[in-house]
Amino acid sequence: MPLLPVPAAVPLSYYLILSAVLFALGVAGFLFRRSLITVFMSIELMLNAVNLTFVAFSYQHRQVDGHLFTFFVMVVAAAEAAVGLAIILTVYKNRGTLAVDEIDSLKL
Amino acid sequence: MDAILFFLFAAIAVISAINVVVQRHPISSALSLVGVMGSLAVLYLLLGAEFIAAAQMIVYAGAIMVLFVFVIMLLNTGAEKSSRKGRILTVVAMPLLVIFLGLVSYVIQRGFPDSPLVKFGEFTGGGPKDVGMALFTRYLLPFEVTSVLILIAIIGAVVLARKEMD
Repeated sequence: MPLLPVPAAVPLSYYLILSAVLFALGVAGFLFRRSLITVFMSIELMLNAVNLTFVAFSYQHRQVDGHLFTFFVMVVAAAEAAVGLAIILTVYKNRGTLAVDEIDSLKL
Repeated sequence: MDAILFFLFAAIAVISAINVVVQRHPISSALSLVGVMGSLAVLYLLLGAEFIAAAQMIVYAGAIMVLFVFVIMLLNTGAEKSSRKGRILTVVAMPLLVIFLGLVSYVIQRGFPDSPLVKFGEFTGGGPKDVGMALFTRYLLPFEVTSVLILIAIIGAVVLARKEMD
């Protein structure tokens, strides 16, 4: 007798809700964290959540197109990580801090 | 079996994602993010996306996160300090996020009341061969454009990170 009745398979909407949860956590990290590098990692988390949605809908339509979009998102994320981390290095070299509250030169 | 695997790795993903947000030290967040990406790779396999699962492990968990950990180690900034503004933001934004999550779940459940069950092995069109065929026929132009994007990113990273030489 199992403790919990576990279904044999889960509906596709569970994957979408998981994706929404991960995206919301990414938004939370983006808003709450005060370190530039953690903010950047939250963006990666949001991109991953969107990728899960693409793959889930690709499964529903039995087409490979969603996988290709995921592939392109990965390429963009890699390029973004390279340039973004170079920017973070330059900011730290010039200012000696990574706190987003203190990097406010563009503020009016 | 599919459901057990889904719930197990969904739980790992969500717990790791919460850890990413609540950890004070960037290196803990980065290692938790590796956990999220690894469990997402398993979920991709359940959805029949073999190539994407492998690419997720190699590109995201391998290359990108190593780059993050490398930069965190290089800068050695330590744990972030909490500010008053940050705490006010947390108090204001947490209910908004919960409302957002509730609305999205509601819309998903209303939009897909009888969404299909995900069974492992039912969709087998996500292997390297299928992805390659689509990538080099229908999506050839976007593929070539991404190579230009990568080139621009390389040049940008080198220009930004080099030492100033006058």
